[in-house]
Amino acid sequence: MRHSFYEKTARQRLAGLLDPGSFTEFLPPAARALSPHLPLLDLPVAFNDGIIVGSGRLEHRTVLVAAQEGGFMGGALGEVHGAKLTGLLERAREEKPAGVLILADSGGVRLHEANAGLIAASEIIRAMLAVRAAGIPVVTLIGGACGCFGAMGIVARCGDVVIMSEEGRLGMSGPEVIETSAGVEEFDSRDRALVWRTVGGKHRYLLAEANVLVDDDIGAFRRAAVDALARPVSFDLAAVEAEHVRLERRLAKFGACADAPEIWRGMGIARPEELSLMDTAEFLAMANGAAP
Amino acid sequence: VVSSGNLEVFIERAALGGACKVSVDTAVMGFDNVWRAVLEDFFARHTLSDVHISINDMGATPAVVSLRLDQAVEELTGAP
Repeated sequence: MRHSFYEKTARQRLAGLLDPGSFTEFLPPAARALSPHLPLLDLPVAFNDGIIVGSGRLEHRTVLVAAQEGGFMGGALGEVHGAKLTGLLERAREEKPAGVLILADSGGVRLHEANAGLIAASEIIRAMLAVRAAGIPVVTLIGGACGCFGAMGIVARCGDVVIMSEEGRLGMSGPEVIETSAGVEEFDSRDRALVWRTVGGKHRYLLAEANVLVDDDIGAFRRAAVDALARPVSFDLAAVEAEHVRLERRLAKFGACADAPEIWRGMGIARPEELSLMDTAEFLAMANGAAP
Repeated sequence: VVSSGNLEVFIERAALGGACKVSVDTAVMGFDNVWRAVLEDFFARHTLSDVHISINDMGATPAVVSLRLDQAVEELTGAP
């Protein structure tokens, strides 16, 4: 039976992802690590500041995990929220787990704590790169209702592996932000088909920004996470330079395209209009024959 | 722990000499009487002692508050 990843809370996702009963939380709700900024604005806080961090086991291997709770302020990254994630990554360098899993569900930096949130994002990225440099894989799972945008979009792409469902969305500026700043002619955030074919999992997979595409099923995310930990970590200057060359080529080839199906056609996909309706297995069979 | 987008209830055992304590942090002012009524109803439904309930509220309706409180007690006692 499938259990939707999209519909679950952060705590339910962790329970379904890890070996049963193996999760130990750091800074649980009873520790009351609360945002110092929200009360100044007369806004309520959350006992975990919108993120759960801890350690657990995945197929008997120890992992450190973080899960953002999209239900609290859109999973937005505040100062304490960010410090919990940075602390988890720093702990990984000492404890050397089999990997660090980040279950992202976030619209980006919490605007109520904008500067502190932006600093937190840069601290997360620095800690994340140090973990990778130590040979420990960092895997981001994206399949929640808030997607993974803004600073968290950058964080996700600084890791080793991104696992996504079609329903999960990954990007820099989210659809509403693009519409607000560039106009509805540029991007209609209420056009759901447009949103999903631009920032959804299938397009991100074709662009090689998501490394693994799975069904919206916690079991599928779990299997993909197990596989991801088995991949060798390749993080050196040559890998970064090769990625820059790939991105330059991609921009030269597809930079003028107005919509995703044009890119798909350019990749040699014969009937791009059918792509959005395919199920994951059908899509992967077709996509793995295309050239990004 | 029970949470939702508009209300978070955290229930824990505490040495309160047989009493209960409820802390409410809410974004909405001026509903003291409604909170008191909802909590009186809640304690009429459940017999609790030495329990500390903390609530972070972002404008939940009284019915939702009652539901979340009942769910929190279920989590604590393990009884439906």
